[in-house]
Amino acid sequence: MSAMTEDAQVDKVGGVVVEDLSVLLTGKDIDVVDDIALVLKPGEVVGLVGESGSGKTTVGTSLLNYCRAGAYIASGTVLLEGHRDVLQMPWREVRQIRGEEIAYVPQDPASALNPAIRIGKQIVELLELRNIGTAESRLQGARDGLAEVGLPNDDEFLSRYSHQLSGGQVQRVALAMAFLPKPKVLVLDEPTTGLDVTTQAMVLDTMAELCRTHGVSALYVTHDLAVVANIADRVAVMYAGQIVELGPKEAMFSQPTHPYTRALLDSIPHLSQARALTGIPGRTPAPGARPGGCRFNDRCSLVIDACREEVPPLREIAPDHQVRCIRAEEIGHWDISRGVVPDADPDREREIILSIDGLNVFYGRKHVVYDVSFDVAKAEVVALVGESGSGKTTISRSVGGLHKDWTGSITFDGDVLAHSARKRTAMSRKRLQYIFQNPYLSLNPRLTIEQIVKRPMELFGIASGKEATDRVVDLLDQVALGPRMLKYQANRLSGGERQRVAIARALAAEPDVLICDEITSALDVSVQGSIVALLEGLRQQRGISMLFVTHNLALVRSIAAGVQILQAGRVVESGPVVTVMEHPREEYTRNLLSKSPRID
Amino acid sequence: MSDNPTDPTRATPPAAEPVTEPIPEIAPAEPSTFRKALKLPRFTVGLGITVLLILFVIVGPFLSPHGENEVTGPPFSKTGFLGTDYLGQDVWSRVMHGGGEILFIAVFGTALGMVLGIAIGVVAAYGGGWWDEVLMRLNDVVLSFPQILLALVVLTAIEQPSAWILIVLVGVSHAPRVARLARGVALGLVSRDFVIAAEALGEKRSRVILAEVLPNMNAPLLAETGLRLTYSIGLVGSLGFLGFSTNPGAANWGLMIQENRLGLATQPWAVLAPVLVIAIFAIGTNLMADGIAQVADRGDR
Repeated sequence: MSAMTEDAQVDKVGGVVVEDLSVLLTGKDIDVVDDIALVLKPGEVVGLVGESGSGKTTVGTSLLNYCRAGAYIASGTVLLEGHRDVLQMPWREVRQIRGEEIAYVPQDPASALNPAIRIGKQIVELLELRNIGTAESRLQGARDGLAEVGLPNDDEFLSRYSHQLSGGQVQRVALAMAFLPKPKVLVLDEPTTGLDVTTQAMVLDTMAELCRTHGVSALYVTHDLAVVANIADRVAVMYAGQIVELGPKEAMFSQPTHPYTRALLDSIPHLSQARALTGIPGRTPAPGARPGGCRFNDRCSLVIDACREEVPPLREIAPDHQVRCIRAEEIGHWDISRGVVPDADPDREREIILSIDGLNVFYGRKHVVYDVSFDVAKAEVVALVGESGSGKTTISRSVGGLHKDWTGSITFDGDVLAHSARKRTAMSRKRLQYIFQNPYLSLNPRLTIEQIVKRPMELFGIASGKEATDRVVDLLDQVALGPRMLKYQANRLSGGERQRVAIARALAAEPDVLICDEITSALDVSVQGSIVALLEGLRQQRGISMLFVTHNLALVRSIAAGVQILQAGRVVESGPVVTVMEHPREEYTRNLLSKSPRID
Repeated sequence: MSDNPTDPTRATPPAAEPVTEPIPEIAPAEPSTFRKALKLPRFTVGLGITVLLILFVIVGPFLSPHGENEVTGPPFSKTGFLGTDYLGQDVWSRVMHGGGEILFIAVFGTALGMVLGIAIGVVAAYGGGWWDEVLMRLNDVVLSFPQILLALVVLTAIEQPSAWILIVLVGVSHAPRVARLARGVALGLVSRDFVIAAEALGEKRSRVILAEVLPNMNAPLLAETGLRLTYSIGLVGSLGFLGFSTNPGAANWGLMIQENRLGLATQPWAVLAPVLVIAIFAIGTNLMADGIAQVADRGDR
């Protein structure tokens, strides 16, 4: 491997060298990850990026000589400080090394902290386990650790339980605990997924700061290229169990060379400009179903016959920049601003179809949304943006008739809507369709796709029997799913395919307005790209309006014309997307914009 | 399902092709829980035992060497295949005759109990609020009686219970237990987005329950049915043992254990034979229930 040219330097200074790592499924001889070579220099943050099923977490935990049940590390070396192979150590030694020299920060720290033990005690326990300090000094050690990650360290905080902390605080406690034994290597597995952008920015800053001051090498596993662009020194992109491109951050974003990296970048929305997002056709192959030759060949737009013949080696195309593509030199340059489209014109004519006036929403006695008013025009997308707890989903549910405890008025095409969906007229239920955040929960697993998509047609008397089946096929075609799926049950589909079915179900009712509640947040970025492209097409062809709930400001820029920024149940700023994002008036909006990770 | 034979490996034909069939390709539907369970040896063995025993109970009376009340020798003697009982009747013949009533009451009692219990549980979970409180507290009242005691309270008041009274008693004593389970399973479903989606479309409440909630409960409920059937057999057997059966003269596995227990030392087969068939049947239904539960646990993958 050419990556090993750096061995000599790494030997002397520490860090980790991973060579030829492969992980197989037990008893099946199918690789989960294969031929992984990676170097983590001291003080360096390497971003390991991949979509779900790419094997990125498997690589991360392999550094600790750990594999999930059903898989095993078949070959490879993980050299710590250049000479100690973690994979060859007896388990006692591995136990010692885990946490002490190679620390791991899990995706969901709330489930990694013991809910029955106070924070302070948990940190002291960790120090006891690692034999760090004396009985007297440990409490002080815990306080110092918390101070380092910017948390309060008084007795009150130490005596809290993990459920009394916010998500960001829990994640920083986990970081503090990871750093306390002074590890040499840190593996972070999507530590900021599910956190708000401002909290995420804080956690990332803390992490970067600690890595720099302690000279720790970190492997940052994530699906989010934008986060990587902000914190990593080098980036490795994984696809179907292999690293397809590896290089310094600047090179990866200015001259991405592997078609997969480019396709990923094409599917990511930018904060600074509206883009026509594109997805990657097909789905990520599961272990065992990966094609021969280059594993990306069946989805690649630049594929030639030679790509299918043998697995391309990872080769160096520029200093420190490696690509697993045989056509790297032929496929030309790539421009990050590819796919830029003009922002929605703020001065266009608007024909109002849905207007919300003085909306106040309650959960029992709790007042959660205060006096929100806005409207949506025909063929217009209005985004509701805010952090968790800002009330954006609550508003969308009230508009969709799923939550009935509200006051104010919602007018839809001249009719005032009743509070709950059941009390509304069939016509308004039909014309206003809701799409849920999590496609894994929103489709009945017992019904076939045909039954699911057909139901709204039967219910609203649009079509029935054979005619309805034909329409289902048409709709599936529109959302880029084949008729093959008709008799499938939802559990045989991937997340992106499920969300397409959910969209097809909504379209089956021939709606005028779609309420989209974070519909892409559970999906990979490339899938998000294709869903956004699909929605944009629907908007233009059918003139469907959308109320688009999201926490992702960059996505708003690419999809919406108008935006409502929400904070704690109140609209703090609203207006055309281009105005709000280019010239934010409110401090809160400016803060959100500055904290959002960006790649442009 | 489409009638056309389909080949899942074939690529989708181009859309422009003149279409002779309405839908060129449809992949086969997912196998049902039952089909999946058939692949488990545990389930097939259980099913085999149960089916064989039911066959035995149905054809037994026609094949038995003697009538159920026919005296073939002195009491507790070794005459015949399994000897004789306390009245000198042939034990093997009585075993062959004595399952019908037990099975009939157990099966219908279980079915009644499941239907009642599921209805209470699902309505409580889906209705929520007051519905939930009232139904489940009433449920708790019935639940506070041990199953057999509940049956005894009623039976002591009745001279000669008919089969349907026993069925109702077995069913009613199962219902609250099934209801608790059904409510628990349904609670995890009613807040799911697909149920909310059906409500947002304005589906009737009954349809939401029947088409959206219930089909997702079938695996745990099937497993529960198997278990409840086992309990029912035990319950009907115990009632027989305590002397409550529709016809005291007729052969009844439970009654046989009670009648012959005095001769356990001299003629153990008179007790052991009915005990064994009840045990085998319980093992069979239990294996089935277990197999279904395993399939359900594996989830949808």
